[in-house]
Amino acid sequence: MSELTSLTIAEARAKLVAKEITAVELTDAYVQAIEAANDAINAYVTVTGDKAREMAKASDARIAEGKAGALEGIPLGIKDLFATRDVHTQACSGILNRFKPKYESTVTQNLWDDGAVMLGKLNMDEFAMGSSNETSHYGPVVNPWKASGSNQQLVPGGSSGGSAAAVAAHLCAGATATDTGGSIRQPAAFTGTVGIKPTYGRCSRWGVVAFASSLDQAGPIARDVRDAAILLRSMASTDAKDTTSVDIPVPNYEASLGQSLKGMRIGIPKEYRVDGMPDDVEKLWQQGVAWLKDAGAEIVDISLPHTKYALPAYYIVAPAEASSNLARYDGVRYGLRVDGKDIADMYEKTRASGFGTEVKRRIMIGTYVLSAGYYDAYYLQAQKVRTLIKRDFELAFNDVDAILTPATPSSAFAIGDEALAADPVAMYLNDIFTVTVNMAGLPGLSVPAGLDAKGLPLGLQLIGRPFEEGTLFKTAHVIEQAAGKFTPAKWW
Amino acid sequence: MSVDLKTVKRVAHLARIALSEDEAERMMGELNGILGFVEQLSEVDVTGVEPMTSVTPMAMKKRQDVVTDGGKADDIVANAPETDRNFFLVPKVVE
Repeated sequence: MSELTSLTIAEARAKLVAKEITAVELTDAYVQAIEAANDAINAYVTVTGDKAREMAKASDARIAEGKAGALEGIPLGIKDLFATRDVHTQACSGILNRFKPKYESTVTQNLWDDGAVMLGKLNMDEFAMGSSNETSHYGPVVNPWKASGSNQQLVPGGSSGGSAAAVAAHLCAGATATDTGGSIRQPAAFTGTVGIKPTYGRCSRWGVVAFASSLDQAGPIARDVRDAAILLRSMASTDAKDTTSVDIPVPNYEASLGQSLKGMRIGIPKEYRVDGMPDDVEKLWQQGVAWLKDAGAEIVDISLPHTKYALPAYYIVAPAEASSNLARYDGVRYGLRVDGKDIADMYEKTRASGFGTEVKRRIMIGTYVLSAGYYDAYYLQAQKVRTLIKRDFELAFNDVDAILTPATPSSAFAIGDEALAADPVAMYLNDIFTVTVNMAGLPGLSVPAGLDAKGLPLGLQLIGRPFEEGTLFKTAHVIEQAAGKFTPAKWW
Repeated sequence: MSVDLKTVKRVAHLARIALSEDEAERMMGELNGILGFVEQLSEVDVTGVEPMTSVTPMAMKKRQDVVTDGGKADDIVANAPETDRNFFLVPKVVE
């Protein structure tokens, strides 16, 4: 069965429509693969095998009738942040204990409408707050990649660590993910997979558990650029249920692949050359530049002067929005309740017990920066800096069509790294190259571009103008063709 | 700016999160670490800069003020820890 799970979405789609394989066979192969691997990888927090089989049967019926949708019979993993009707949805938090929504998120509904099959819910950092998947109520996810000659367990990145690990280990054909500061692109880079955070407003946020509403965006993690393009086309839509969803038709992103880069101008921002960046990362960035030049693109040095302020501004804006969004978890309407001597005591005990340490930290920071007397100094200042960050990009995009940067400042690190555990800010620095894109609402894509000296994958990031995801797919495809694809050696 | 233990406790109460003395001490150190990190924002000159209020420039979507959904009381209370006939139950708040 292993060969069925090694098919990309594009390959499986062709074989399903040609009736060389059935959706039930494909789904069974994935369910077996998950059963065999999940104890080691911990990518899934719930496996919906029966539901998957039912959906696969329905797909086979539609294929037989010649009514196959764009993702007919393709088995997908869903990040635990997406509401899925009557199925475990906890944002990997203890406070949403036993929560099973009575509604479906727009993004997942779009996928089922196109014929996709749900394999289960994927592990993640609690409420998407983390860069290592270690803040999950369900324990860390183990990266399918290991350094050469080492048996040390590495993180898959976060917050979409379960999504990235499941895709890399072939435990789903593709996965949904979300990105508030880098939560799609950083885990994609750490696992040798492709991840895209679309423009803010491209995918509906309805039914996605809210973290920071002005930054959150859903997107896919996939094995290659083509699969990411296929998935995004189905996930994206215009949705009346999300007031920030845009009224722009969803293009056929797959059609961008193979287009020429001749005449394209690619910006290289000097501010992304940070102190202490490993040589491997710098070398790979230069390699990316060379590939794009070879493909006919013109390379242009640019400046994004407010880059260094993006991360501090993010750590005001995101916790502020989170403290407000997470106020709803009070032990009354859903999830965990811990009894107290009165209602206030019940709230305080419920939230103390249900939230993990990182979530509490961010709620506290958010509450503090929004509290009387501090709002102007922190929140208002950060929102003004955000305007400047966005303006930097707008000026750059007058001159260039896309921007190329490293995706992360390093490759995957060890689970339980003591230095990172002791210093929250050191962990936050993982998002230094990705967070600017969320602050400006732009599309960003991470594509695997090579391995470092330890044999671990590294990614390059492409940043585009609003709603020009097609340009990113086209450019990433050129990098992918030059770099090749990267699959971990199976140890699980 | 930095926070003292009293402020940490006040903020925890505002956020409705119970903290033990030990947790409050540890949180104080961590919050001061983060506040020290974000302090650098004060060096940015923002004279005449408008705060960002909308990520994508677009007019707020509106719809007719009519009922479009409803009749789902059972669904709404389905996940609540304690209910009675479609009401959420909470500890007594009025004597």
